[in-house]
Amino acid sequence: MSEKQTLVVIGNGMVGQHFLANLVDSPLKEQYEIITFCEEPRAAYDRVHLSSFFTGTTAQELSLVEDGFFERHGITLHLGDKAASIDRTAKTVTSAKGVSIAYDKLVLATGSYPFVPPVPGHDRPQCLVYRTIEDLEAMAAAAKTGKVGTVVGGGLLGLEAAKALMDLGLKTHVVEFAPRLMAVQLDDAGGEMLRRKIENLGVTVHTGKNTSIITDGEHCVNKMCFADGEELETDIVLFSAGIRPRDELARTCGLEVGQRGGIVIDNQCRTSDPSIYAIGECALWNGMIYGLVAPGYTMARTVVADLKGGYANFTGADMSTKLKLMGVDVASIGDAHAKTQGAMVYSYQNGDSEVYKRLVVSEDKKFLLGAVLVGDASGYGTLLQYCLNYIELPENPDALILPHRSDESVGLGPDALSASAQICSCFDVTKGAICSAIENGCMTMGELKAETKAATGCGGCSALLKSVLDSELSKQGFAVNTDICEHFAYTRQDLFNLVRVEEIKTFADLLHTHGKGLGCEICKPAVGNILASQWNEHILETDHLGLQDTNDTYLANMQKDGTYSVVPRITGGEISPDMLIALGQVGKKYKLYTKITGGQRVDLFGARVDQLPHIWKELIDAGFESGHAYGKSLRTVKSCVGSTWCRYGVDDSVGLAIELENRYKGLRSPHKIKFAVSGCTRECAEAQSKDVGIIATENGWNLYVCGNGGMKPRHADLFATGLDKPTLIKTIDRFLSFYVRTADRLQRTSVWMENMEGGLDYLKSVIVDDKLGLCEQLEQQMQYVIDTYQCEWKTAIEDEAKLKRFRHFINSDQPDDNIVFVEERGQIRPADSDERKHFKLMEIA
Amino acid sequence: MAKWIDVCSVDDLQPDSGVCALFEGEQVAIFWMPEADVKVYAVGNYDPFGKANVLSRGIIGDIGGQPVVSSPLYKQHYNLQTGVCLEDESVKIPVYAIRIENGSVQLDLSSLSHHQEPAL
Ligand SMILES: Cc1cc2nc3c(=O)[nH]c(=O)nc-3n(C[C@H](O)[C@H](O)[C@H](O)COP(=O)(O)OP(=O)(O)OC[C@H]3O[C@@H](n4cnc5c(N)ncnc54)[C@H](O)[C@@H]3O)c2cc1C
Ligand code: SF4
Ligand code: SF4
Repeated sequence: MSEKQTLVVIGNGMVGQHFLANLVDSPLKEQYEIITFCEEPRAAYDRVHLSSFFTGTTAQELSLVEDGFFERHGITLHLGDKAASIDRTAKTVTSAKGVSIAYDKLVLATGSYPFVPPVPGHDRPQCLVYRTIEDLEAMAAAAKTGKVGTVVGGGLLGLEAAKALMDLGLKTHVVEFAPRLMAVQLDDAGGEMLRRKIENLGVTVHTGKNTSIITDGEHCVNKMCFADGEELETDIVLFSAGIRPRDELARTCGLEVGQRGGIVIDNQCRTSDPSIYAIGECALWNGMIYGLVAPGYTMARTVVADLKGGYANFTGADMSTKLKLMGVDVASIGDAHAKTQGAMVYSYQNGDSEVYKRLVVSEDKKFLLGAVLVGDASGYGTLLQYCLNYIELPENPDALILPHRSDESVGLGPDALSASAQICSCFDVTKGAICSAIENGCMTMGELKAETKAATGCGGCSALLKSVLDSELSKQGFAVNTDICEHFAYTRQDLFNLVRVEEIKTFADLLHTHGKGLGCEICKPAVGNILASQWNEHILETDHLGLQDTNDTYLANMQKDGTYSVVPRITGGEISPDMLIALGQVGKKYKLYTKITGGQRVDLFGARVDQLPHIWKELIDAGFESGHAYGKSLRTVKSCVGSTWCRYGVDDSVGLAIELENRYKGLRSPHKIKFAVSGCTRECAEAQSKDVGIIATENGWNLYVCGNGGMKPRHADLFATGLDKPTLIKTIDRFLSFYVRTADRLQRTSVWMENMEGGLDYLKSVIVDDKLGLCEQLEQQMQYVIDTYQCEWKTAIEDEAKLKRFRHFINSDQPDDNIVFVEERGQIRPADSDERKHFKLMEIA
Repeated sequence: MAKWIDVCSVDDLQPDSGVCALFEGEQVAIFWMPEADVKVYAVGNYDPFGKANVLSRGIIGDIGGQPVVSSPLYKQHYNLQTGVCLEDESVKIPVYAIRIENGSVQLDLSSLSHHQEPAL
């Protein structure tokens, strides 16, 4: 047996880790003893989403390393230890802590460092950079005492850093040397539009400014003096003036480096020493350093292929980008500056809606060479496909960027793409790979994402992915049947519209006019739910009673033994000692098992049907009302104590939570809805795991939507920032109404949004920009539901006819003898089957 | 020979829904569909999968033309005429003969099956 060779990877950043993950996925894992040096105190994490650290994502959540990854694959990780030198003759690497390792193959994945211009004073206190989690911690610490923050550099990263400063509650400036923002990606007009948008958000932009010195400030820690004589007082100075490859190790061991830095590599990512590779941001290919993660990932895969002895080439990478900067869509594709010989330019500018678009096409108008989009990047996916896959343009290419007023479609259908067309550029997934995953059984977006990784990076391709999925499924003969059940040939959304437009008030009417048969346990509750959302009549009215799901029929949650649990509303989780005592007394009197729920309320278990009205009578007398825990409806609005008590609180999260819960309580929806409100970005209420999450910031409320816990947890997406309360409430009204109207049955907000063509961006265009002209209706609908709210239990116990059903037997007062409790930890619980047998024996005996 | 016994009045029934009656010591789920061709059904109230007396609280309707109740616990369907479970034909719940006579709901004593628990 041959000895294993040693492979050393220097740098465990995004690309280094991607390399390791691909390596252990291949047979090479058996051939190499793998060792990696990681200078940072933690293993690889997602730098691309670094900024989300400020909106509550933890270092743990940012990690790119699966639990136990290194151990499981036998990789030795030297954490917090920097490789200090390479001896190429002896083929050894020596670390700062003195570890020395002989290598057969060496991979440099050392990344880059932020360039700090050598202006005098650049190393003063609170002059910071933006690259690592430690940098962010330093920023957060500095923001505690400071009021003003300034970013030096108006590129992609600079603007992202500016957003972070805003989120930290600082008055924010951006200082750019070039005459426009994002000089690399945008042209003048695009840069100007971006500037206006960003200034509207409250950031002051200074372009064409050359900083000459940083010195003591009068009101702030620092003062920046510019070449033109102007000055700017600021506490924090954040340098984001570009990156420089970390090639110091390569330089000292004599590897070839570029004139302006970067480790020179060939198409196999080999350096000038054939046993040493370089990948990621430290590598210089064809005179280029790629400051994006996707090309680095491609390099990593190239090296794995090369080590396997296969044939792989790194041949450059597409630098197209789409991102959201402070809520502004910006995208740049290919040759945005029209540098290609003979290129023609079309541009569209709408000053009113602050949209700027520009197309760069080839001389013969056949192919798209590049594009710039500011303010509306919805066409990005289509344009990128035209550009990357050399698809011939339509006769009038400008139709691609002009607003289409008629219903003509200019998007590229999925069938226009070839199998080799790249759909997801983050993970390099082609249409062919997606189609074969679908052939092998992926039927949903979720499965497809898990299987192919497509749309799990920046997510820019998810709409396109969905259309490929739909088109492939229907080709395979899965007439994607969206009928709700055999009784109605309609989707839930169709039924909702029928009920609304034809003003249908009962299931029987709907069945007679649009359905067949008697109905079933699918369509009945779904229609019952729609009727309740739309007309808000009591769900136990004779017409509606038979439609309700088990829990709704008895306004309580059925448990495994047929008993029920009772959950009174405790708005925002706030409860006085007296109310708590009242609750305890009811629990004690009826011998109920009591437990605190995850939604900050109290659940009382073990109530028999006949006890429910008595229990509720007492609860209502004590001042409680129904918690709707039994319904597909708003459950809870969880909150932290917020600014009222908490040292860090920025706003009154409890107050807002109570207001929201009272506003939306009783709203019937396709599935349950959960809210939470946190008083600051520390996020103690876990708002980002809810359908609707709200976090207080210095600039107002930040709104997150479409998160959930449960079986498939999903982080909520940031939907709008810096809202005042009336705007916040209006936005939530619209969001919920739209969800209630258009979601499928039993579809949580997360799945609803993920399956929506256009996803989050589309949702924003409907809810925020009122693209469909629906918002007024949506608000009215919500107001109607709010105005017609009733406590379902209060109405029920006041109505003899409704109470008649609350007994086990219609013809006897006996309780159900099958309900047997035993005691555990001082409370009741249902007897298990063995215990039950024992009871039966005792009864017979 | 049928022996009809009154168990309750039609007014005690819930349209398009169920109630449970105690009949000679057995729990009987009674469903009433005033608009359908066959208007009343009676089956055992015990759910053999959920092992609880809850079927009268299930939603009724039809699946492929068979009248059914779906269990409120784990959603299995039972044919209201035969008692057979649609998801697992080896499981069957008792069915009873039932009629409405002059405003009163009657069950047939001779259809009383001393039901055994199906082996699961
Ligand atoms: C805030 C921010 C936002 C970004 N947004 C995007 C985006 O939207 N899209 C995009 O494509 N890209 C984005 N990027 C860029 C992306 O993060 C980088 O392209 C990517 O991280 C490069 O990976 P890498 O492994 O080459 O470098 P890194 O991730 O920096 O990893 C290099 C690692 O090597 C370590 N190291 C260096 N020298 C040594 C040594 N001698 N010994 C041991 N360890 C060493 C470093 O400490 C570091 O941990 C963003 C970057 C930042 C900072
Ligand atoms: S989230 Fe709430 S409890 Fe947590 S620190 Fe902020 S204000 Fe305090
Ligand atoms: S997690 Fe499972 S067991 Fe626990 S309450 Fe939810 S459904 Fe029941």
